[in-house]
Amino acid sequence: MDHASLGWWGVPLAVLAGAIRVSTPFLFVSLGECLTEKSGRINLGLEGTLVMGAMSGYATAYLTGNPWAGVLVAGLAGSLLGTLHAMICALERVNDIAVGIALMLLGTGLAFFLGKPFIQPQAPQLPAIPFGWWSSSAQVRSALDINPLFLVGLALAPLLLWGLRTTRWGMVLRIVGESAEAARAMGYQINRVRLLATAAGGFFAGVGGSFLSLSYPGSWNERLSSGQGITAVALVIFARWDPVLCVWASLLFGGAGALGPALQSVGVTQGYHLFNAAPYVLTLAIMIATSSSRHRLAGAPAELSVTR
Amino acid sequence: MNVMSRIVPQPIIPLGPADGAPAPGLEAVAITKRFGAFTALDAVSLKLRPGTVHALLGENGAGKSTLVKCIMGFYRPDEGAVVVGDREVVIGDPRAAQTHGLGMVYQHFTLVPRMTVLENLVMARASVPAVIDWRAERRRLAAFLDTMPFTVDVDAPVATLAAGDKQKAEIVKQLYLDARVLILDEPTSVLTPDEADEMLGLIRGMALAGRLSVLIITHKFREVMAFADDVTVLRRGRLAGSGAVADHTPDSLARLMIGDSSTAVPVERRGPPGTAARLRIAGLRADDDGGLPALHGVDLTVRMGEIVGVAGVSGNGQVELVQVLAGQRAATAGSVSIGDEPYRATREEMRRHKVHCLPEEPLRNACVPGMSVAENMAFRSFDEPPIARGRWWLDPAAMRRAALDLIARYRVKTTGPDAPIATLSGGNVQRAVLARELSREVDVLIAANPVFGLDFAAVADIHAQIVEARNRGTAVLLVSEDLDELLELSDRLVVMSHGAIVHETTPAAADLTVIGRCMAGH
Repeated sequence: MDHASLGWWGVPLAVLAGAIRVSTPFLFVSLGECLTEKSGRINLGLEGTLVMGAMSGYATAYLTGNPWAGVLVAGLAGSLLGTLHAMICALERVNDIAVGIALMLLGTGLAFFLGKPFIQPQAPQLPAIPFGWWSSSAQVRSALDINPLFLVGLALAPLLLWGLRTTRWGMVLRIVGESAEAARAMGYQINRVRLLATAAGGFFAGVGGSFLSLSYPGSWNERLSSGQGITAVALVIFARWDPVLCVWASLLFGGAGALGPALQSVGVTQGYHLFNAAPYVLTLAIMIATSSSRHRLAGAPAELSVTR
Repeated sequence: MNVMSRIVPQPIIPLGPADGAPAPGLEAVAITKRFGAFTALDAVSLKLRPGTVHALLGENGAGKSTLVKCIMGFYRPDEGAVVVGDREVVIGDPRAAQTHGLGMVYQHFTLVPRMTVLENLVMARASVPAVIDWRAERRRLAAFLDTMPFTVDVDAPVATLAAGDKQKAEIVKQLYLDARVLILDEPTSVLTPDEADEMLGLIRGMALAGRLSVLIITHKFREVMAFADDVTVLRRGRLAGSGAVADHTPDSLARLMIGDSSTAVPVERRGPPGTAARLRIAGLRADDDGGLPALHGVDLTVRMGEIVGVAGVSGNGQVELVQVLAGQRAATAGSVSIGDEPYRATREEMRRHKVHCLPEEPLRNACVPGMSVAENMAFRSFDEPPIARGRWWLDPAAMRRAALDLIARYRVKTTGPDAPIATLSGGNVQRAVLARELSREVDVLIAANPVFGLDFAAVADIHAQIVEARNRGTAVLLVSEDLDELLELSDRLVVMSHGAIVHETTPAAADLTVIGRCMAGH
């Protein structure tokens, strides 16, 4: 089979491939944000964390020659930003949303500043696992070149769900997010739990960022993120604070993001930019469809400031 | 530690004094607690004998909560000691209190609403395994509940339990945590009279069996007389009196609580209510914050010069009813009319029909905490002369003058009209809102729990204002969780349960058993 023989069948295939590829950063950021929000605090700074993760991961991979070291450093940079967010929010009369926006600007700004020297050089990329070895079609093969980080994210979601339900850590996290008063009466330290939850959430978001620069699109520049960090926050609401639903939501958004390029590849160029806007239109449409002015969102942690 | 192993009992305590060690006593010795220059507690002592029920009485601000918080380790007392059994103990935080066998049930429930009873109880334990085997925990809790004189559905999310069952779950939690000395903070404030009697009876039974020593914070004399062995009365941070309940009468306790200062004599309702219906609510329906129906067709009429009391356990639609009437919530069906005209609670209609509102928690629901007393008092009048010149130019001097007049007339204690209203005490915020709402001509007054958390003097004052408004011909809808308040003030009394009016009576003909049963939804 040659390249053209797939014809229109190339579109769903490309959307599927895109869903897997584009969804990975969404998946990590939304899982991290889900964890943070379960503790009753919202971190809007994950966009900055994502970009910072992309930069630090790329720089580390370039300097050490090991992309996995880059992933680790990206995660650590993310948890550092998360820790900063949590420490500022622990002060009296500090609004977590305002802090998040400030950290979003800080993270991106810092990444641009520190990342200038790394725009030109090519860092080693994360290896992909060729799940498409059985096929003779180049398109199928490239679509099924799956990055191990995606699989890690897939495994992480049910693990988080299990952890939130059956481990002491998960239960304490949820109690803090559901009722600070009850948590205090039980003797749990609310700020410490939220600090750990925000740091862990930052770690995941940083790892998500490293995927951007070390796998797809696979380079470091200042236009690398197109708002995935912020979209992922909306994703968590859409997924009703359920880690497993976060996977499906991420795949949906990834697929929507791949629609424009997929159509272009089969020759549909009209409305290219319109199709590229699909994820954003989808965000808006879903938020409108699932929200109501009358009542609170089901499943929202009761201590979350935006839903109170 | 030797001391602790002696005090901490076995995990499962069989009922009856013969099995296991009897519950220890508790003693607070000359406890003093200061907050800056203010002395909240001045050398207060209290002795809870083993296996008894001890009532702690006092007005709001008398220091009851401070004393209990010192015992439970929330505050560290400046002077004095806490003795459990016969050992002096130092309690640094609530967790430490738990290890000494002290447990407290708070006025506001502290269970996590969206988690099940089982999850709540397991997570409250001092040590929880890293990975929880829910099936084993469930078996263990069920076995423990078999030793209890009452049952609780352990798999129900706490939010779905009735108030009485929530209270029981809180008590079960403390017993599950091996509490042998139980402190209850106003335990019956959210219960129907029947539920309260049942709960206190069970508690007393366990105390008599030697299983528990109980300290109850309360302001209800009836409960003290019926269920307590001993009583301690606090007044303004000092010990006003203590002793066996048998040696006291409700009158002598009241004198100890308030002291010799006389309070305002209650204003009498004068004359029969009018005959013309003023506020008419028909088939009113509304949803709660969760989008679920909260009002299921409320029908209610209030005549001129009449106080209609709405009784009910909180959470049965009273909040939503008041919000619809105050314009804070949209009705989904039904109608409200004033006189003969439909009423949709717009600002213009409120002004035209002279509808005024005293919502509960006025600082939250009727004030802007950061704005000044004068500004808060002008919320009804800032857009009309004399405060607004030419309808849009604000005259701050006129606003201040109006506020000074109201502050004097309604005896609002404030450092001045420019102080942020959040700096006032609860009673004075209530008075300031009352001044704003009642100083103008009022045809319809909607009041919700208007004296919640206020001291005797403020309560008498605000009740007098409401009755005076009624005597002037105002139609008053009074929603309250305090049945005594309603019986005292109302011309007519209705009971609200599950979002509907289920019973109507007059205070004179009221049968408490019937009312209690209606409140409980039977």
